[in-house]
Amino acid sequence: MQPLTSRAKTVSRKPMTMWERMYLPAIAKGMSITFGHMFKKKPTVNYPEKTRPFSPVFRGLHVLNRDEQGRERCTACGLCAVACPAEAITMEGAERMPGEENLYREEKYAAKYEINMLRCIFCGLCEEACPKDAIYLSETFAPANYTRKGFIYGKEELLIPDPLTQPEEFAKARGTHGQNQ
Amino acid sequence: MHPLLLAMDWALLIEKAVLILIIITISLVIAMYETYAERKVAAFMQDRRGPNRAGPGGILQPLADGLKLFMKEEIIPNSSNRFLFILGPGLAMLTAMMTSAVVPWSSHFHLFGRNISMQIADVNVGILYIFGVVSMGVYGVMIGGWASNNKFSLLAAIRGASQIISYELAMGLAIIALLMITGSLSLGTIVKQQQVGHYYFLLQPLGFLIFLVCAFAECNRTPFDLSEADSELNMGFHQEYSSMKLGFYLFAEYINVFISSAVMSTLYFGGYDIPFVNDGALAQHWGQNPVAILQALSLFVKIVAFIFFFMWVRWTLPRFRYDQLMNLGWKVLIPLSLINMLVTGFVVLLKLNHWHF
Repeated sequence: MQPLTSRAKTVSRKPMTMWERMYLPAIAKGMSITFGHMFKKKPTVNYPEKTRPFSPVFRGLHVLNRDEQGRERCTACGLCAVACPAEAITMEGAERMPGEENLYREEKYAAKYEINMLRCIFCGLCEEACPKDAIYLSETFAPANYTRKGFIYGKEELLIPDPLTQPEEFAKARGTHGQNQ
Repeated sequence: MHPLLLAMDWALLIEKAVLILIIITISLVIAMYETYAERKVAAFMQDRRGPNRAGPGGILQPLADGLKLFMKEEIIPNSSNRFLFILGPGLAMLTAMMTSAVVPWSSHFHLFGRNISMQIADVNVGILYIFGVVSMGVYGVMIGGWASNNKFSLLAAIRGASQIISYELAMGLAIIALLMITGSLSLGTIVKQQQVGHYYFLLQPLGFLIFLVCAFAECNRTPFDLSEADSELNMGFHQEYSSMKLGFYLFAEYINVFISSAVMSTLYFGGYDIPFVNDGALAQHWGQNPVAILQALSLFVKIVAFIFFFMWVRWTLPRFRYDQLMNLGWKVLIPLSLINMLVTGFVVLLKLNHWHF
């Protein structure tokens, strides 16, 4: 009969020979295989101590960016919310008051900025839509949480630490992704 | 003091008590680290890392496991027979520990002007004693399975019991061939014979092989772990057990592995004899005590090698089907051991007759 695939293998129904029925040679062969595996290199990555490098196109948790002087870049234009296919982003804009120039880069800023991480599909369209380079996707995962509410990330969770007052935390949050921005 | 109390050999009593304490402690510690070794060996054979979180290299893992087992809720099923349910794991543990009494762990120490034998009891029917105790091990399985009042447990226990009983026969016949050569049932004498002559696995290769296979079956280890059979009977006879009662069953299995390794090394691999070395001459040269320590170490190395072998086989071979198990036991091993017995008897008689027919 014509085999359906090239991988088809006919089963041998021959009765076993005396040598085969002793099983011991086959057992010895099998045991040499398992013993050989003891010295093979282990593919396991010791996770918390060692992490695998992310792919350059990896899209993780969002970060709200600041400029070099530590001012928030977001102007609450709403383009990210429009671009978002999952409708995960909501925001409320507010006007910058005199004396707040060191906090916000432009006259308008996001007073409230929320991303629902349960809705988010991490497509990165918000990053592409942003005209101010204010939002980008970092190299971290969304951590687990006990409640649905906990997955709605506000500005406290999203905003990157100030590069002037907390340079180390800033560098850590920025990762290698933000370097070219 | 009462004259009867004075008449007792108190030094001997203390010596034996201390020895029993040491050997039981060592068996328990070894059983503990066998669980660790098992997981490590399994991991390495499957290209994994194994437990490596508790302590350096995971060395404290058995302690963590033990603590976990102690902390677990103790559940005794409502419909079970309470007395038997508790007796089961106790019996399994007891029989596992009792076998160690007749194994000579080393020659003897010379301390406080006394020769302290490293064998708890040099019974002149040592092998029979081991057989008696090992066959008691069936009760641990059987009682545990019966008392659980669970059909799966009972099924597993019956399978396990019939397996152990069938393989005991072949094991006994394999031993008879060995006894024809040694002419003694005492393990101490058997080791002393091997110290001057050949190791008995050279004279009894087939007998050793049969004994090894039967030891696997007696210990309920894969490929003969039908009484546990995770895939078809959940956990077999100890399915209803929890907490340290389960721990006792698991522990008893590992102690059995340890003791049967010790018995195999003693019967077929020269026991505490240091290979390629004349122990007696060495003892005159260095003194008795250091040599006794070396001998104990030598036995220990042999035991560890056997334990590794047990694990190696476990993580290589799949489980036998029940009919295959019975075929192997009754139709292969028993005839083979009978033939082995006949040939050995023939050769022994021929030798007695100075190789004349």
